[in-house]
Amino acid sequence: MRLRTAALFSVMMAGLVFLATPASAETTSPSPGPSASAPASDAPVTGPAIRVRLLDQQEGKAGNNPPPVPGVTVTVSDDSDTEIGRAVTNDAGVAAVAIPGKGKYSVSIDESTLPDGVKLTGKKTLDVSVNLTSGQNVAFPLNGKVVEATPFVERFVDSVVSGLKYGLIIALAAMGLSLIFGTTGLTNFSHGELITFGAITAYFLNSTLGLPVILAGILTIGIGGLFGWGQDRVLWRPLRSRGTGIIAMMIVSIGLGLLLRNLYQFFFGASTRSYTDYTSQRARDYGLFDLSDKEVAIMVIAIVTIGIVATIMTRTRLGKAMRAVSDNPALSASSGMRVDGVISSVWTMGAALSALAGVLLGLNSQVNFMMGYQLLLMVFAATILGGLGTVWGAVLGSLIIGVITEVGPLLGVPGSIKEVGALVVLILILLIRPQGILGRAERIG
Amino acid sequence: MDFGSIIDAAFSNAFGPQAIVFALAAIGLNIHFGYTGLLNFGQAGFMAVGAFGLAVAMVRLDLPLPVGILVGLVASAVLALILGVPTLRLRADYLAIVTIAAAEILRLVFGAVETKAVFGGSNGLNGFTETWNSLNPYSKGIDVGFASWSRNDLWAMTVGWVVVALCCLLTWALMRSPWGRVLRSIREDEDAVRSLGKNVFLYKMQALMLGGVIGGLGGIFFALKQASVVPSDYSTNLTFFAYTALLIGGAARVLGPVVGSMIFWFLISGLGAFFSQATSGIDPLIPASVMTDTQASLIRYILMGLGLMLLMIYRPQGIFGDRKEIALDAR
Repeated sequence: MRLRTAALFSVMMAGLVFLATPASAETTSPSPGPSASAPASDAPVTGPAIRVRLLDQQEGKAGNNPPPVPGVTVTVSDDSDTEIGRAVTNDAGVAAVAIPGKGKYSVSIDESTLPDGVKLTGKKTLDVSVNLTSGQNVAFPLNGKVVEATPFVERFVDSVVSGLKYGLIIALAAMGLSLIFGTTGLTNFSHGELITFGAITAYFLNSTLGLPVILAGILTIGIGGLFGWGQDRVLWRPLRSRGTGIIAMMIVSIGLGLLLRNLYQFFFGASTRSYTDYTSQRARDYGLFDLSDKEVAIMVIAIVTIGIVATIMTRTRLGKAMRAVSDNPALSASSGMRVDGVISSVWTMGAALSALAGVLLGLNSQVNFMMGYQLLLMVFAATILGGLGTVWGAVLGSLIIGVITEVGPLLGVPGSIKEVGALVVLILILLIRPQGILGRAERIG
Repeated sequence: MDFGSIIDAAFSNAFGPQAIVFALAAIGLNIHFGYTGLLNFGQAGFMAVGAFGLAVAMVRLDLPLPVGILVGLVASAVLALILGVPTLRLRADYLAIVTIAAAEILRLVFGAVETKAVFGGSNGLNGFTETWNSLNPYSKGIDVGFASWSRNDLWAMTVGWVVVALCCLLTWALMRSPWGRVLRSIREDEDAVRSLGKNVFLYKMQALMLGGVIGGLGGIFFALKQASVVPSDYSTNLTFFAYTALLIGGAARVLGPVVGSMIFWFLISGLGAFFSQATSGIDPLIPASVMTDTQASLIRYILMGLGLMLLMIYRPQGIFGDRKEIALDAR
């Protein structure tokens, strides 16, 4: 979108660059001025003058010198709207109107006198301020490319699509957070570090070991899952079996987040880096919105992954066990389920999903040691909006949060802080419907 | 290896203005978390509002220093009121997320390009310390052997420690009053308190406002001590560090947050100075192949994260606290 605007701008500028026309050129213009009172439109202009030069820019026909457009009437008025004079363009496409001196003038073109096939593609009247005693050169764009402000609908659709993409990435991480919360009651403040872990692991596989991005991404999902499994095994399971309170665990997760974040910075550095492939892709035009190929791939991967998780959660024994433990751990345990085993799989799956989110986020923009931490509040907002502990709620909430974040700037949220919109929604939803959209009403206060 | 300068850095910061900022923030958190059981993760927001209240009043509106301080305190009280209405009925983990989000919203808005005319954008505001500096009675800094402070630090410390002492006195007096007993009962069992006919919401709101105003005081002191208010200083990490300080000292103890902040800064500065020395010079103790000086500056935060985890797992009551008095389960 930005590229197209820049191209249009340069075309406009090209049409507006004009040379000072020698006064002698006007002598070949014999056509009488329609207004008798207007001074000397047919006589050579030697003093200060506004010289209008009209060229047919023939947008789309490259390689030609733009031909002049003769026989067009232009009118010059001063800033109190009194007509000073008019002139008709000669064979060189030039019309000169003498002016009293420096000052502000408005120059307008009579569209009805334009020859057939030549259209004005800019404003009919231009305001000109003359600062030189010799006068000023003015041009009107003819047959130039039409500059249109991107219509609101198109910007809106563009933002919605970009919000959906952002939301799908958040959804992967949010499903993990929601699963872990549902089964263990842990509000994991180090969840963002699981996302960063994915992005950084993929970066090392890709950049240091030289694997292609796609292979690195697939491996990262496995390594991320292993990381989650290990984290549960080493840290969270012992804490659960000690009966550590959930606030204590929450503060432990803050400490873990701090530890991991600084470890990432220790090994990865504070710089922002890109994967070796797919860094800059031009966006394709899909009618109402533009997307690059990698963005389409990101959305497809996310949707497919969400579909797979959905199948696991509804069709397999493990998925049913996860939902049962999430619903009521004590009852599941007394029904003979291995709750700790189920929680282990939840951690593995949640961390793998978050690692994938990190890879996709790194692919979409860049890799940084803070990227997951910066996304954490968005993930929380999405999870709470959808209903903490419900997997479908997490997906729905993420999509809404993504769209709100991206559409917000169109509706007046300052663009530099567009995350604020999502955070305000987070607070509002807790006011109106604390259990979230899909959450079950239960005591949360 | 110059151990003298490491000890100097550790002690100077343990008693210096930075520890006072954290002590005030942690005293506020102590009233929220330690005594009432409110898991406020947005203390940085209260501090930011206090600091920006002061700075905006003085820089943009040309008000004198006492009025500026008053504006800062009122602003943090108002924030507590606005934040408390929707959130105080929520369970602890929800409260934590909402307060953290509110603090982030404030930081983003204060640092936004669009609000630059009021809050000064990402560079923040400065030029409000003329009165503060002119009141400084000291003519030069001091070096007591194991620690040293500049003239401005001395002035900030004199005022700061007096304020900290007054806040501790206030906490001590309030918490042994009937009002304080109600707060502690709310922490232990909210429903029991409710069944005794107390308006739990009102008590929580009062506690949130009191702790928030003390946090705001910390923000105001922060602004005055460093003569500027920068939005990025009030990130979520500030809250987390203040919690670490509180938990080191021990929650629900009057002096817990104060001692905690001093230990926190003693360790952070001491470790910082140690690792910076160990990796600098011609023949560093730790060769650059192991870690560079940039990496060395991160070690203290890595250790702090680890320390916070271990502290919470093995000694959640901190140094002075009583394990029975810590709200560790969300109710």
